[in-house]
Parts: sequence; structure tokens; C-alpha cells
Amino acid sequence: MNTKERKDLAIWAVDYAKKQGATEVAASVYNSRSVEIEVREQKIEKIKESTTNGLSLNIYRDHKYSGHSTNNLNKKDLQTFIKEAVEATKYLSADDFRELPDPSLYPENLEKDLKIEDRSYLSVTPEDKVNIAKEIERVARAQSDKIISATGGYSDDYSESVKVHSNGFVGERISTSFWAGGEVTVKDDDARPEGYHWGGSRFFKTMPTPDELGKKAAQNAIRKMGQTKIASGKYEMIIENRAVARLLYMFVGPMQARALQQKSSYLEGMQGKSIASSKLTLIDDPFIEGGFGSRLYDGDGIAAQPRVMIENGILNQYYIDNYYGKKLNMTPNGGQPSNIRFELGKRDFDSIANDIKKGIFVTSFNGGNSNSTTGDFSFGVSGFLIENGKLVQPVNEMNISGNAKKFWQKLTELGNDPYPYSSILSPTMVFNDIDFSGL
Amino acid sequence: MKATINRRDFLRAGAVTAAGTAILPHLLTGCTSGPSATGHNMTLHDYLEHFGVTKNMIQDIIREGLSKGGDYCDVYFQHMIGNYIGLEDKSVNRAYSDVSLGVGIRVLKGDQTGYSFSEEISMDAMKSAARTAANIANSTTKVEPVAFESPKLPNYYLIKTPWEEVSINEKIPYLQQINDKVFALDNRIIKSNVWFMDETSYVLFANSEGRMTYDYQPMGQISVSCSAEQNGQKEQNGYNLSGRRGIEFFTPENIDLLASEAVKRTTDLFEAVKPKAGELPVVLAAGSSGILLHEAIGHGMEADFNRKEVSIFSDKIGKKVANDFVTIVDDGTNPNVRGSINVDDEGNDTEKTYLVENGTMTSYLHDRISAKHYGVKTTGSGRRESFRHMPMPRMRNTYMENGPHKKGEIIESVKYGIFAETFTNGQVMIGAGDFTFYVKSGYLIENGKLTQPIKDINIIGNGPKVLSDIEMVADDFKMAEGGWTCGKNGQGVPVSMGLPTVKVSKITVGGVNA
Repeated sequence: MNTKERKDLAIWAVDYAKKQGATEVAASVYNSRSVEIEVREQKIEKIKESTTNGLSLNIYRDHKYSGHSTNNLNKKDLQTFIKEAVEATKYLSADDFRELPDPSLYPENLEKDLKIEDRSYLSVTPEDKVNIAKEIERVARAQSDKIISATGGYSDDYSESVKVHSNGFVGERISTSFWAGGEVTVKDDDARPEGYHWGGSRFFKTMPTPDELGKKAAQNAIRKMGQTKIASGKYEMIIENRAVARLLYMFVGPMQARALQQKSSYLEGMQGKSIASSKLTLIDDPFIEGGFGSRLYDGDGIAAQPRVMIENGILNQYYIDNYYGKKLNMTPNGGQPSNIRFELGKRDFDSIANDIKKGIFVTSFNGGNSNSTTGDFSFGVSGFLIENGKLVQPVNEMNISGNAKKFWQKLTELGNDPYPYSSILSPTMVFNDIDFSGL
Repeated sequence: MKATINRRDFLRAGAVTAAGTAILPHLLTGCTSGPSATGHNMTLHDYLEHFGVTKNMIQDIIREGLSKGGDYCDVYFQHMIGNYIGLEDKSVNRAYSDVSLGVGIRVLKGDQTGYSFSEEISMDAMKSAARTAANIANSTTKVEPVAFESPKLPNYYLIKTPWEEVSINEKIPYLQQINDKVFALDNRIIKSNVWFMDETSYVLFANSEGRMTYDYQPMGQISVSCSAEQNGQKEQNGYNLSGRRGIEFFTPENIDLLASEAVKRTTDLFEAVKPKAGELPVVLAAGSSGILLHEAIGHGMEADFNRKEVSIFSDKIGKKVANDFVTIVDDGTNPNVRGSINVDDEGNDTEKTYLVENGTMTSYLHDRISAKHYGVKTTGSGRRESFRHMPMPRMRNTYMENGPHKKGEIIESVKYGIFAETFTNGQVMIGAGDFTFYVKSGYLIENGKLTQPIKDINIIGNGPKVLSDIEMVADDFKMAEGGWTCGKNGQGVPVSMGLPTVKVSKITVGGVNA
């Protein structure tokens, strides 16, 4: 099926559902292709190729709402599917807030190029892909004779979707992404600590090199050798840029309209108030070129726009989608998070760490969770003890605990080093006085 | 992004996942392919008809898969129908459905796997997918497929009424009843969300060794979550029941249980405190505390990790790892339990596998590839999320058998520690052996008595160390009742777990420092 046929199918599904009794309809037709390769001992361990298609429908029938999806795009089967979906919707309760967005919220211009599609996707050969994974494994394995297992990996995907609403919205989107990385395990007495490093890009040509990926994956494992837990206590905490995202979910969940409306957000009533240290300015930016979260419209078809969510620690706005926005009587502003970037600090990791007398450098989180209603959290961590600016001891099997309300006020510095391989472009962050549990 | 978390496997509880779950289950009263029969009375003939294929067609696809010199090929047809209806703000105002149909084709050459799938059940599309998977091999050896035989399989999940025969208007009253009960039980309740989820999967499997199996896999779940407010403080928690069950499982008693547990677990949190930080004795309540086993030992015993020597348990088979009274199993045969399977996803018989027997490590969990590598019989642990995924060794229902102690004496033996009762999620680093699980609620133990409730703390320990630190095991075994989903390499599968009351002498507990 090509783009035009997908669009025609979405238009047909909208019309057909309306003929069956739907008042309003949103339909998406999507296609995605992907390849995943894993190489071990210079042999392909696994290779998987997939192509998947589907149609999803949101049906509004006199303010009664249901959503449906199927991967069976046979027209005759779709007729039955849509008929039953519209029929089943009538048993639900009416909900005045269930309706498509006001068309004035749809984007006026869909021409902006976000640079998220590599048009040469199909010209990358299977050999190129396998060779990247092999090279990553080779480089990783060469880093130490303590390595007992190394794998190299490659994956890519191409996805295409068309979205049509019965009240006028038509959107099309094509995106690609390319990822590669390695995973390494080292022997360390009884334990076999592991490290990984993956990186990606929207374009094949700008992927990180196998050399960089292989070396970092190996280093991430090797540097964990000898890890141990240390005494419980309050420590200064410096978090590696790639690990910060785990903590940000403590904000992102409670900032959403659903959490507010359902009374499960510790940030309810905090708009315009301080929820973090004045060092923190957090911007949701859907228009970053090549960004992994870049988009022109959200899941409701509403125009995306850059949003300053937190400015110098003050909560500026929430993430408002169409349905819960109506329930809260708040204007939708582009729904869920897209790319998140920060107002950066001036120093890199090394110069920040250099000034730390005693602290813990957290490189990864292991499990744990947070309570969006109260802000309580507790996470497993591993990383390094820092003394007088030096990483003196790898640490693991420890927890940090606290409450998000106080925790974010303890942020003292942000680095100048945003992590590039994620939609959350977080720099290194430093917090003081954090509760660690260990021995 | 599939790029990160690879060997860090995680576990998620159904109850706590908020409304907008990524997967949209559903509500249709019938499925689009119009099966000629439904439920567990279907014969092989019915399955072939359901997917619109014949034995000869399947044999042709397998032959195509082996055309490049592969030494084994299997095909996995699946038709999955999911229904989901939700109540929020006192009305049943949302419903979702998802239908997916397709066939996964796998070709093996030694330890190497080629995988592809087709969502179109036509000869052309299936053969094309088979050729893609075939490319893993590149040799002139030819394996000829063997004629199919279908073994008679046990049925561990007989249900009365197939979900396809239950229409949406029959489910709605359950949600309303639960919601009414939740609000009637406690006037501090301010919000309640109730979800009813059912899923039905038809699977037809065949391989080049002549084995052909089929299975009908039902799943039902009701989840309740509520928020309460007291003196300006808000708390939220929930409860859910799940299993390979039909609608008859949701009896008036279970409906009452769903409402009362959700309310109790939420309002108890108002009194909760945090324990002090550091290593403490931990008593695990009978039931979903089996999460300890899932994380501390279960993942590390999945043989794919051991074949690659990346698990901390890689050299532990035959060794003494725990006290004599510790016996840990992974079992696919528990009637109607969420992780049970009649046959695994590569056509092998399921079983009850002893991971640790009387304190000695006995067996890994094997799929076809690892069993062949170790030269042992598979344990029937090859599982996959769907036809879009290749199988790998996975847990089913992981639990500890009863021991010699009593719950009372276990609690009395602790001077200061915690009693962990409900959990939301867990995770493990396979090689380092560090595992964690998040305690949503429990109690402090002070001088041998349960005193104040506790909440929201993470526990982190090391697998082999915690096994050897299991000091007492009671005789009150209970299986978890909730909808646990285990994630590994991007694939989620339903599992369950269980435990009698157990005491671990010390684990690091997240808490506050004086």
C-alpha cells in the first residue's frame, strides 16, 4: 500500500463509520518496517525483519466513545469490524467531553520539515547493517581480556502514518531511525557486571560510529568491576546525563491533565508556583530537527508548539490533551511530551565532578518507582563514589529515596552536555543532600 | 526506542498501570475472521479452517523456510482479540478493542535465528516471509520436513464461556457495581477507576520435525484503582484480579474483594511512614511477594543468559545455594493461573521445573536453542509475546514451596525490620545479580510485632546472596492474584508468582537517614 492508498483507506473508514451511525470519527492508517540484528562471536545470533500495517479508529457516537485497532486491512473484514465497533459504542455512557478537537486547534501548515525522514532508508544494504553490528562487537571485545561476552546490535525502522478526522484534519507523517550499540559482560569474581551503550540518529549517515559505540559499551562494563555498596547516608549526587530521564518521569506523569483531573498529581494547584530549584528551566520542543520526539501535531491532531513547562523552577503550564482539557476547562496545548530540553549550565561533567568533595555519581537506575499523587519515590542506583573530584570506588546495590517536592529544589547545577540519543536531552545534573541507603 | 534496557528485565503489576495503557485491548462481540467454532472444544480441523490454511500449505511454507539450508523451521499462527472497557468519574464511558492476526516464521541454523512474520495469511505473503527468515542459513544441506502429528495436550485453563460470547453490555454492570461499592465503603474516596479486560488468543503451531499443536488461551482481568483524601492529603492505590479465566470467575465474592481491597490499600497509606535507610531484616507476606523469586533468581535462571555466560548463576547448577527448606519452582501447569500454558510457544510440553530443590540449584529454564546447547530436554519455557516475536526462555508461574516455619514465629523473630505486602514492579541486572522491587505497602516490624504501615520504598539486593540469606519459610503458600506482566528484550508475557511467608535476614531498604 502506498501513501495515497493509505490516505484513501483512512478516508473510507471515516465515511463508512459515519454511515454506520458514528457522529464523529478519527482514523489512522499506519505502516512500519524494521530490522533488528544481533551479532555475537562475529556470527549473526538473531535477525528479524518485520513489516506491520494497521488501522485504528476513534468513534464518537452521540458523545459515547470507543477506540479500536486491527491489522487486518481486508476491506470486507474491515466493514464488519467497523460496523461492530460503532454498534458496541452505543452501550456505553454518554460523556459530554467526548468530541473531536475544535478544528481551530489543528495545524494550519504541515509543510515544516522536521528532518526526521532519511529518504535513503531502503538503500542501506543488509550487509552494511550486519557489518556495523560486527564491528561494534569486535571493538568492544578488544578493550579488555576480562570480557566474557560481547554482542553488537543494529536496528532501524521506517514508519508512515496517515491520520484523518471527520471534522477536517488530515495529517501525514514519515519517520526513520537507525540505532546501533553493544552490550558487554565482564568477569569479576562471582559477579558478571554488564554495561551497554547504544546511540542512534534519524539518518543513517549521522549514526555514531561503531568505534565509539563499541568502546563505550566495553568501558561501561569494565568500570563496574569491584563494585560494592557503601554506608547509608546523605550524599551529594551527580547524575550522568543519559540516566536523568528516569527521574524526569516524576514530573511528566503528574504534569498531565489526566493526573490533575483524576486527583492523582502532586502538582495539582502548583501552576505559577515553585516546584524545583531556580536552576531548572524545562522546555518541551516538538520542532527540534532530527529529534526523536519531534512532531507537527499530537495524538489528537492538535498543532504542536514549543512550550516552556518549567521556568527558573516555576511551573508554567501542564500537558493538556483534548479530552482531559475539556474536563478541566483548560485549552489543549499539544498533549503529551515531545522532545524535552533544558536551559544548560556552563560546565561539562569533568569540571563539575572535579569540585565534588564527597558524593555519589549515579550512572544508572535499577528499578524503583514514584508515587505521582504524593511525590514519594525510591529508586535503586549504581555508580561511583567520588572523593575530592576523583571516582574512587564503583558502587551498586543502593537506593535513593525522597519526595519529588523537596528533591527538585535540591538541584544545584546542570551541565552543558545534553544526551543526544533520546527525546529527553538531559545534561548532567547535581543535587545536594540526597538520602542513600546502602549498608 | 528499543535501544536501551536489554538485560535489565522488568516486571509490572497490572493494578498500578494508569488508564492510558499503551496497548488497546477491546470489546467486539465477534471476531472478523468468523471462526466456525470458539473455545477449547475446537479441533485441529477447526484451527486450520480458522486460519484458512491446510497441512500441505504449512508444509510448503516450512519447505521454503528451509530452502537456504536451515536445519529447523517453525510457524506460529495467531489470532488475538482483546477487549477493554473502562469506568471513570462514575460512568462506563470508554471501550477499546484490538484484533491482530498473523503468522511468525522462524528458521534456525545451529544457535542462529532468522525471523520474519506476515500479517497476511496468503501463500505469497507467507512464502515471502519464510524466504526472509531462511536467509539466516547459507548452505546446501537440505532438511526435509516431517509429516505432522498432533499430540493430545492437557488443558490447564478450562473456562465456561468463551470471551467472544460475552458482549459489552454484560460486562458493564460489573464495573458499576464495583464503583458503587468503592464509594460506599469509605467516604474519603474521591475518585475510582475500574477496568475490565479480556483477551483471547488462538494459536496454531507447526515445525519441520512434524509437531503440530494448537491452543486456545483466554485471559480475564478486572483492575480497580482509587484515590482518597484526608485532611488535604491524597493517596492512590488499587487492586486487581487476573487469570486464564472466563467471566464466571468474577463472582459476587470476587467483586466485593476487588472493591474492599482497593479501598483498604488506598486508605491505609494515610498512616504510612518510611523506615530508616539501610540493611534490614525483611519479611515477605505470602502471595505476590513471589516477586522476590522472579527477580532474585528467575531471570538469572533463564538459560539464554547462561548459554552466553552472562548470568550470575552461570556456574551454579548442582551447587548448594540456600537452606534445605528452600525449594523454588517455575510451573506452567497451575489451573487457571495467569502464567500457565498448555503448550509453550515452540510447541513443547509445559511442566513444573525445579530451579532449586532442597537448597540445591537444579535446572535452568530452557527453550529449544538452549536445551540443544546444553544437551538436555527443554523445560517447555519457550515463550513469546505474539506472532511478531521470536520465542526465548521465559518464566511462567514462579513460586516457593511451603517450609517448616509459622508466620507468627517469623514476625516474632524480628526486632526491627519490615513486612512487605504489596508491590508494583521489579527489575534485575542479570550479570551483577542486583535486583530490586518496589514495595507499595507493608508494615514496620518492631520488637516482633507489626506496628505502623509503610509505603513507597524500593528494596535492592543481590540474587545469590539473598537466596542464602533466606532464614525462615512458613507453611502458608499463596499464589499472587494480580495481573503481572514480565518484560524481557522488549517482549511482555503474562506471568504469576507465589510465596509462603518468608524471612530474609537482611536486604537494603530505601528509607530515610537520621
